[in-house]
Amino acid sequence: MMQQGVQGQERQQRALAIEAHGLVKVFGDNRAVDGVDLSIPTGSIYALLGPNGAGKTTIINMLTTLLKPSGGSAKIFGHDVAKETQIVRQLISVTGQSAAVDERLSATENLTIFGMLLGLSKSQASKRAAELLVEFGLEEAAKRTLEKFSGGMRRRLDLASSLIIQAPLIFLDEPTTGLDPRTRVQMWESIRRMVASGSTILLTTQYLDEADQLADRIAVIDHGRVVAEGTPRELKAAVGKATLNLSLADEKEAPEAARIAEDVLRVKTSRPEANLVTAPMSDPDSVTDLLVALRNAKIRLATVSVQEPTLDEVFIALTGDGKDAQAGGAKA
Amino acid sequence: MSAQIVPGAERKLKNRISIQMSISNSLTMAYRTLLLIRRTPQQLFDVTIQPILFTLMFSFLFGGAISGSVAGYLPIIIPGILAQTAITASMGTGVQLREDMDKGVFYRFKSMPIARMATLAGPLLADIVRYSIATGLTLVMGYILGFRWVSTDGLLLAGFLSVFAAWCLSWVFALLGVVMKSAQAVQGISAAILFPLSFLSGAFVPTKTLPSWLQDFVNVNPLTYVVSAVRQLFTQGTVGTDFWLSLAGSIAIVLVFAPLTLRAYMRKA
Repeated sequence: MMQQGVQGQERQQRALAIEAHGLVKVFGDNRAVDGVDLSIPTGSIYALLGPNGAGKTTIINMLTTLLKPSGGSAKIFGHDVAKETQIVRQLISVTGQSAAVDERLSATENLTIFGMLLGLSKSQASKRAAELLVEFGLEEAAKRTLEKFSGGMRRRLDLASSLIIQAPLIFLDEPTTGLDPRTRVQMWESIRRMVASGSTILLTTQYLDEADQLADRIAVIDHGRVVAEGTPRELKAAVGKATLNLSLADEKEAPEAARIAEDVLRVKTSRPEANLVTAPMSDPDSVTDLLVALRNAKIRLATVSVQEPTLDEVFIALTGDGKDAQAGGAKA
Repeated sequence: MSAQIVPGAERKLKNRISIQMSISNSLTMAYRTLLLIRRTPQQLFDVTIQPILFTLMFSFLFGGAISGSVAGYLPIIIPGILAQTAITASMGTGVQLREDMDKGVFYRFKSMPIARMATLAGPLLADIVRYSIATGLTLVMGYILGFRWVSTDGLLLAGFLSVFAAWCLSWVFALLGVVMKSAQAVQGISAAILFPLSFLSGAFVPTKTLPSWLQDFVNVNPLTYVVSAVRQLFTQGTVGTDFWLSLAGSIAIVLVFAPLTLRAYMRKA
């Protein structure tokens, strides 16, 4: 029994949904993707995080057989994307940045045609279309042509089109860009549901909180390279430690509080505001000592807080390009 | 809700699309094109307005000058317009194919496990409907003006030949549609090909009236043979050499251009 369990686990580990080695795409003299390695286990949500033009979409286009790699190789569930294109296409579904649906047809007609192309009969396809329209809250608009659809409705229909037959591997290229907060949360729920029923998700995003919320692992992409890879927690830990913020009731006591903090924690403190002392925090236990020392010195505190590093900081630190990252962060 | 899907690694899949699936995909794409035509009936302007307008215009404009009367001109002009409108309609195929390929929905088609050629074969198949409308309307207009054919068989064969020739020629315009960058460019080039082809043929005037160098061109123009064949079917109800030559020429066009178009398309898709 136990041995079987171990074997099963091994098989699970071997079953990588995506495996890429040294993936390269050159457009003219621009190396849009410059040697990307990926190893994405089945059943996970993996995020490619990066600013506009980092090469995220080009990576997706190569993994989905839409672009031939200039170099390197990639496998989807063990099938080569360049050689076994038709097998790969049977294992994936793609939701691109621009809604890949036909604007001149109605929502029902779009879904029915996609269903028929996937091998459903016309009646099966229209039945499935009706189900999906209800699931994505589009049943009232089912008969209208998409020209009258809002951006959010088009994105939802686009995602619904990708789910006619749920694929084992689902690519979502910036799935929530331009969506209102409510639709965005709905999209996140849909993504988690797909994973719960056995799909693997690769998504790209410029929104750091989205990657943080959804992804099991993140690859930070910049200038066509993976500049960092890991769980959201690992990435944050790699960049910095948590920060202790001491806000004082009386700002005149701040220099004294800073001196005590440096004494007890043996670190350098800083004072971003008159009544605020901040210190890097490595050992949470030593904070107790500090608080006791402050009470003994009769220094009164207004608030105490611990701040985890944000992915924004991670991003700026890793890409070394504050401008791009801040632009992305501000939109999030 | 959370019924589990079959894991990707455990699926047995083939790296090619079966012939049945290719046919089914092509028929679905043809169905899609028909839906698009129904949603945007403006697409049918070229196969509805042109046959009506041209039949009336040419009959009354040139009837007296060329044949002494409208009624006398009809046996010349109706076969001419029949072939011309069907073939003009085939130009629309290339333009619409280009427009369609620029749409976002093609991004999805390309990533789906469907036969690559279906996105090309579907519209070409569906456009047979357009050629049939053009042919039918011209015949109705001709009948209203007083044109009569000698046999139903001849009529049906003439209609078939026009539609078939148009379909074969549509592969040339499909190639332009695939290769050219914009719909306007396709339109421009296609019109430049089509104008001499349709006017410098036996479609509108008896070829005997032309200067001899022009007769040489008219005699190598494949449309001339289609027009002559159609004319013979209408006026004598018989199948002549021109019919077989037209049929062979049309098939030759498909044999040359279909592979070229498919190859150019596959390279892009």
